[in-house]
Amino acid sequence: MAESVCRSLRDGSLEGEHAPALSISDTLDSPLGSHVFHHFFYSLASNIAASKSQARALVLVAYRRSPSFYLDLLKSRGVDPSLFDKKLLVLDCYSDPLGWKDRLLKSASGAQNPAKSLSSVFKSVKDISKLLSLILELGQGLVGHGKEKFAVAIDSVSDMLRHASLQLVARLISNLRSHDNISCIFWLIHSDLHEPRVSSALEYISTMTANLEPVIEPNDGQRRVSENLYNIEQNSYRGKLHVHLKRRNGRVKLHSEEVHVEQVGIKILAMSSENAIVNQSLLPKVQFNLQLSEKERDDRAKVVLPFEHQGNGETIQIYDGRRSLSEEQKDPHLKVPSITGKTSTDTSTGNGEIHYLRDSDDERPDSDEDPDDDLDI
Amino acid sequence: MSSNASNLLEEALGIGGGRTIGGRVVLVEDCVETSGAFVLHHLMKRVLSLESRGTLLLLALAHPFSHYDRILRKMGCNLSSQRESNRLHFLDMLRLEFPGQIDGETKEVGFQELFSKLQTAIEVISERGNNNGGITIMIDDISMLEIAAHGCLDQILDFLHYCITLTSEYGCALVILSHGDIYSSDEATGLLSSLEYLADIVVKTEPLATGLAADVHGQLTVLNRGSSQGQGYSMNKFRNFHFKLKENGAEYFYPGSIKT
Repeated sequence: MAESVCRSLRDGSLEGEHAPALSISDTLDSPLGSHVFHHFFYSLASNIAASKSQARALVLVAYRRSPSFYLDLLKSRGVDPSLFDKKLLVLDCYSDPLGWKDRLLKSASGAQNPAKSLSSVFKSVKDISKLLSLILELGQGLVGHGKEKFAVAIDSVSDMLRHASLQLVARLISNLRSHDNISCIFWLIHSDLHEPRVSSALEYISTMTANLEPVIEPNDGQRRVSENLYNIEQNSYRGKLHVHLKRRNGRVKLHSEEVHVEQVGIKILAMSSENAIVNQSLLPKVQFNLQLSEKERDDRAKVVLPFEHQGNGETIQIYDGRRSLSEEQKDPHLKVPSITGKTSTDTSTGNGEIHYLRDSDDERPDSDEDPDDDLDI
Repeated sequence: MSSNASNLLEEALGIGGGRTIGGRVVLVEDCVETSGAFVLHHLMKRVLSLESRGTLLLLALAHPFSHYDRILRKMGCNLSSQRESNRLHFLDMLRLEFPGQIDGETKEVGFQELFSKLQTAIEVISERGNNNGGITIMIDDISMLEIAAHGCLDQILDFLHYCITLTSEYGCALVILSHGDIYSSDEATGLLSSLEYLADIVVKTEPLATGLAADVHGQLTVLNRGSSQGQGYSMNKFRNFHFKLKENGAEYFYPGSIKT
């Protein structure tokens, strides 16, 4: 369901509501948080670059890595570098967080730091209110003071919490969320570096959380690495990602997926069957089936739904609820290449059929979800 | 055989064959039964070797120069001459103490001064221009820094953060030795966990699960987190192997592959 997290970061905030906020947390047992953060960062940045998102620009508050690291990351995955200066700014809390180097430079002649044009160095990270005004200043510098919005990413709230109290950090985040010009905000926290109350406090002010857990739970009694070799190895390149999506009415959707570290970035997959087998064997023996077998699942996928357009040679258009159909037809991204290539002439002579077009992130037809849950009235 | 076998550690760290640990943070976590100092000695020798032509900045908190000089001499590396040729910068911090037990401000100034020493040293080295092998900063025992700072974690982490900024600015490598078994489970969330998050490579030394043995002195676990810096991507790598300490170095081998 990481896909839907990317979508809601892309779609941004509704008029009169707080911006959606995503909190990514990991622990040392499953230290893939930065990979997941980079994944969402890349996804949002590429959406912004393609002008598909509500946010017109992105401000990254970098504590853990240098600004050039993030720019290299985006470049290496094929985001056009020319967009950086117009749509992406890095607030550099990495290079000189406490102003030590600044003080050194004053006493000596000092060398110039190269290539810092895309970022502004922040030298007093303890001053959270200054940080807030600087983030807003940078963002508004990119999008102007009008109605355009921008997104904010914080690469390590853990580092932020080292320099400031939880109250101040929580206030910063909720101030950002309620600001008119903010489209969405997301951050990474290493939850085992803090007391549990810190994670809870941050979870209250987020609409989505993505928690990483180890694929294989470490054995508490076995402190030594040698007794845990297999587990540590497995956990070092894959982890379970639990995504909580909070609805407006307080309903929470929980999805679990598996994260695999790949050569380039990460891959988010459905829970592997290996684990499903483990789960199944752990289930108590019951008279009826709790889960579908592989064959049953295949069969279910083959059922032709009477109300759904089956594509018979025509293009399947997925209406994403945001733009009119005529506009959509111009957009090559949303169009599945047609098989015949002559569909437009075919449809023009049609007799006025109504096709049900399934929404891209629609529920399964047999879901127990309330269909009116999303309505804005 | 010895030189070949050493490569097991180097391969796990991702050095050799033109690659270095430049720009990365290496954490060596040892325990009282198996000291991890030999990993530092190995890296010292490696950095100063003719092949890598690197420069080493040793922030010595635990042992004096003569200690390292004796050990490295047996391994075939003369630290005194390296020091004279400015390849080794030995910062003697054995008596490091930050005055003002309560006053946090003074301690911050102390750490700032320590960092400024490091940075000036690195600036001098890079200006001189003979650092084509890269600069390696080595802190030989971070727990000594804790003692000097009277247990003030935040300032140590601030100092380390500044050291890490040097890795991205100058392409330095940072090697830190820490002890895994001197923290209670509450304290461990402080320095040790933070260190593990900061490190790109974690090397853990442990005794064998089966106890003492004559041929095998312990085992090493190397977790090399993938990096996207420099030349392309590298995947997360995880290695576990045994080692045997000898007078002139250490031997590394996979479990069960030792030749008697």
